[in-house]
Amino acid sequence: MLDLTWLLIAVPLASSFVLLLAGKRANPWGHWLGVAASGTAFVVGLLAFIQMLGLDEHDRSHAVHLFSWIPGGELNLDAGLLVDPLSMTFVLLVTFVGTLIHLYSVAYMEHDPDRRRFFAYLNLFVAAMLLLVLADSYLLLFVGWEGVGLASYLLIGFWNHKPEYATAANKAFVVNRIGDIGLILAMGLMFAYLGGLDFQTVFAAAPEATTAQLTAIGLMLLVAACGKSAQFPLQSWLGDAMAGPTPVSALIHAATMVTAGVYLIVRSAPVFEGAPAAQTTVAAIGAFTLILGAVIGMAKDDIKKALAASTMSQIGYMMLAAGLGPIGYAFAIFHLVTHGFFKAGMFLGAGSVMHGMSDQVDMRRFGALRTAMVTTWVTFGLGWLAILGVPPFSGFWSKDKIIEAAFVGEGAQPWILGGAALIGAGLTAFYMSRLFFMTFHGKARWTDGQHPHESPALMTVPMIILAVGSAFLGLFLAMGDRFSTWLEPVTGHAEHHEPVLPVPVIMVATLLLVAVGAWIAWRKYGAADVPETAPAASLATIAARNDMFQDSVNRGVFERPGTHLTRTLVYADAAIVDGAVDKTAHGFARTGESVRKTQNGQVRSYALTMLVGLVIVILVVVQGGL
Amino acid sequence: MSFTTPEIAWAPLAPVIIVLGAAAVAILLESFLRSPETRRKVQLGVSLVALIAAAGTAIAQWAALEGAGTVVLDGMLTVDRQSLAWQVLIAVFGTLGALLFAARTRAGEEAFTPLGSVAPGSTEETLARRKGLQVTEVFPLALFAVGGMMLFTSVTDLIFLFVALEVFSLPLYILVALARRRRFLSHEGALKYFLLGAFSSAILLFGAAFLYGATGSTSYAGIAAGVASVTGVDALVLAGAVMVVVGLLFKIGAVPFHSWTPDAYQGAPTPVTAFMAAATKAAATAALLRVAYEAFHGLEWELSWLFWAVAIASMVLGTVVALVQTELKRMLAYSSVAHAGFILVAFAGFPDGALSALPFYLASYGVATLGAFAVITQVREKAEDGTVLGEATRLGQWAGLGKRSPWLAGAMALFLLSFAGIPLTAGFVGKFVAFAAAISEGGWPLVLIAVIASAAAAFFYVRLIVLMFLTDVPDGQEDAIEIDHSPLARVVVIVAVAAVLLLGIVPGPVLAAFENAGVLLLGAAG
Repeated sequence: MLDLTWLLIAVPLASSFVLLLAGKRANPWGHWLGVAASGTAFVVGLLAFIQMLGLDEHDRSHAVHLFSWIPGGELNLDAGLLVDPLSMTFVLLVTFVGTLIHLYSVAYMEHDPDRRRFFAYLNLFVAAMLLLVLADSYLLLFVGWEGVGLASYLLIGFWNHKPEYATAANKAFVVNRIGDIGLILAMGLMFAYLGGLDFQTVFAAAPEATTAQLTAIGLMLLVAACGKSAQFPLQSWLGDAMAGPTPVSALIHAATMVTAGVYLIVRSAPVFEGAPAAQTTVAAIGAFTLILGAVIGMAKDDIKKALAASTMSQIGYMMLAAGLGPIGYAFAIFHLVTHGFFKAGMFLGAGSVMHGMSDQVDMRRFGALRTAMVTTWVTFGLGWLAILGVPPFSGFWSKDKIIEAAFVGEGAQPWILGGAALIGAGLTAFYMSRLFFMTFHGKARWTDGQHPHESPALMTVPMIILAVGSAFLGLFLAMGDRFSTWLEPVTGHAEHHEPVLPVPVIMVATLLLVAVGAWIAWRKYGAADVPETAPAASLATIAARNDMFQDSVNRGVFERPGTHLTRTLVYADAAIVDGAVDKTAHGFARTGESVRKTQNGQVRSYALTMLVGLVIVILVVVQGGL
Repeated sequence: MSFTTPEIAWAPLAPVIIVLGAAAVAILLESFLRSPETRRKVQLGVSLVALIAAAGTAIAQWAALEGAGTVVLDGMLTVDRQSLAWQVLIAVFGTLGALLFAARTRAGEEAFTPLGSVAPGSTEETLARRKGLQVTEVFPLALFAVGGMMLFTSVTDLIFLFVALEVFSLPLYILVALARRRRFLSHEGALKYFLLGAFSSAILLFGAAFLYGATGSTSYAGIAAGVASVTGVDALVLAGAVMVVVGLLFKIGAVPFHSWTPDAYQGAPTPVTAFMAAATKAAATAALLRVAYEAFHGLEWELSWLFWAVAIASMVLGTVVALVQTELKRMLAYSSVAHAGFILVAFAGFPDGALSALPFYLASYGVATLGAFAVITQVREKAEDGTVLGEATRLGQWAGLGKRSPWLAGAMALFLLSFAGIPLTAGFVGKFVAFAAAISEGGWPLVLIAVIASAAAAFFYVRLIVLMFLTDVPDGQEDAIEIDHSPLARVVVIVAVAAVLLLGIVPGPVLAAFENAGVLLLGAAG
């Protein structure tokens, strides 16, 4: 079965093509084909996983050769898959959560005329994501990386009849291109310094490379990871990406694609091992983003945007862990898995609420939904307890370990990183409880004519399964360090380090902060009345509501100078180059005479451009040469 | 005074002779075949046979070539694997171009004017159209151009370089002027192309004269020896080298020698634009490679300024200006300027890798270009009374094309993605090998700029894709566009799609072939 892992990619990809090409006649059965393709991928993944469990720990890394891609010369590259515990973890997460979300979408998108196209894109996403995690070289990983970006772009803009949704898709595209540049540059550097792009060559050559070279590669990889995983300073697109249908937010913008950056960092561990500066930067970015996301989350009234801010913050935790080196890798991936379950579950819950409330997203118009939607309330509640880190739910086992690991080290670093992780836990408790209480508790603040109702079974069953995962998966994987041991062949064995504070102290402090956060939220949003419109607020709240003015900063720093540059060039082009042609186009029907006149003038100026160019070039070259 | 007949090894020149010979025969046919319809069919047949035969001969010679190659005409020409590879490429572009030349709309209308010598809009023109006249001379003209380009790739002497340059340029000037519609625009483009082309030829000749003055030779080997023997650096040598390179950069269309491209691309009949964009760039790149690596290798450090500056200027200006174009052919013209910059990136430091990377890059760029322009010939404006007019080249007119014709729009999207260098298309592998070559000689900052430029360039390609697939046909415009079904143009689109996918997914065999061709007979190091 391990040799058949290519099926994981081929099946959803083929299904996606069938759905796109079959056209309208596939409408009656298209969505079920999509579910079946994702389900098949999960079964293949599960069988491969069982076979892998039967192998000895050191034989669990399995290479699958596909074909020679770019042979010969200095660059010899085969397209192949690497199946090892790390990629297998992702395969299971992506296909399992993916299949559940496919199932959910059958009901959620029922009334959409383009449901078949939606499933084609979802399948395309699954195929690309699996290619990303299974690739055995950075180049092939890049193919998957672009593929998930494309699927994400198509799905964010799925309802592109609304202009602002199309804009959101474009924004995601632009920001992700910046991340892509980072990955391309990292590949260029690897090729130049380490002599290859496949993991084996790169990782074998990494120990011999200088620290400066590895730091450069590491920082470029970090840029790539920041773009994909919505980490500071490239986080601005994630909130807008919520324009996509909610199952998309659950699968792509919470559980899987946005965690690709964390995968990239953990996969590139041998590079980061030799670049402590890059590693520290990763941790610092993670710590900063986890606070930033939490602060933004506290002020958002749009349920999906609040969850998006929370995703950003939770990925910040993962980044922080990934930046801690071998002691953090396993926990980063562990938190990634549990987060995949509880965040996807909560997004599906949000979708269920929207489904019952005529697509209302403003939490100030929710309230008291616990009686109207019992299943949603319970499943969402389990996810809420998990993200808060309340024992014994999943989030506790993964997040607490990250906080502990953040306190390991010397000097000021553990205090800063650990402190950030600790404060983040308190903030998380506040904004997630705020979200939970505003939606499900308090008084009903529904707009007129709302009749909230529970969603159909096709939607609730995936939510229930994910809620069970949110509740118990963490405990199951944490027992006997099961998960860390499983990943050890990839992440390496971590020496045990004592945190600067005793472990029980950290744990008690975390739980105390969580309790305080949740209690404040209850006082303000559960027990008290919530105004139906956002009240006037302090400067800090306004800043948070506006995503810390990220968009304004972007506009000021990148967009405006860029626009001015373009305008100037356009003007120059229009005045000098285009002028004649435009005039010609307008006037050519009138007389040939005027055309001839403009032509004469123009060719002269063209020739002048060339001549000036030539003279400058000659002067520079001759001056430089002599 | 005695004159000895030079020994000419004719056999290695077979591909060029086939093409030029066929062109001469085709001119004669013009006089003997009276019916325009027969002429068109025979001319197309002759062109296709000649071009395929030339490509086949070149491949056979390539396979049979023992040693490095053959020097012909006392060092004027060098036939080695590198030149044969380029010749195959140009013959293939010529074949696809000839198919497009012959393509007709459903109403039986060619892309060319019925009579080139009459004034636009005149009574004579109307009469010629009514009589069904056709300018079938376009086929021999294209053959002459192909022959000249094939020669251009193997020239190793500056005088002969100039001759080959004119052999392929003059037919192109005429072809650009022969558009059926918007003839003023076509004439304007042709005249600009001609005048500026003459200007750049003069610059090239001027440079050749300088070099002859400084080194006493016009052959590449002689110049290289002269450069090496000069102690220090001679301003005359440098100025001459710069001028020769600039003459070739004009043909490649690099900034600031690009100003003819938008006008010529827009004005020319679209089949000519397609052929010219693909083949001229390839031929000029081949010639630039040879002259740079064989004659100016000793000046690598001095010339690196030129290549860097021009590459950066081309990438930045081409990309930025393409972003704001609203006319499709102009947009692709500026995109070709940006591509000229990407090509020049591979010249950074004169890496050996460029000799195999650039043929691949031009192959991927050429097929995508031919395919994209072939698609453009298929999207037509329609008048209110239902008559089909010229090509719809305003961007806005392409809105919703994906709904009108998903396959055609899909093919266009693929070509655009290839231009943008998205993985699994030919353009990605092409950019990859070209940039890798530059990095191997330390051209790292240049590659950085190139990567950023290609990321920015993705916007205007993707913008068109979004327009085609995600935007609806504007209200009231449902009947303004007609999708034409020309079988010949469709063949070109299909071949181009297949090539872009094959070169993107399994580039191995072609890369290996060009790897084999990545050697010059008069080696750069020699």
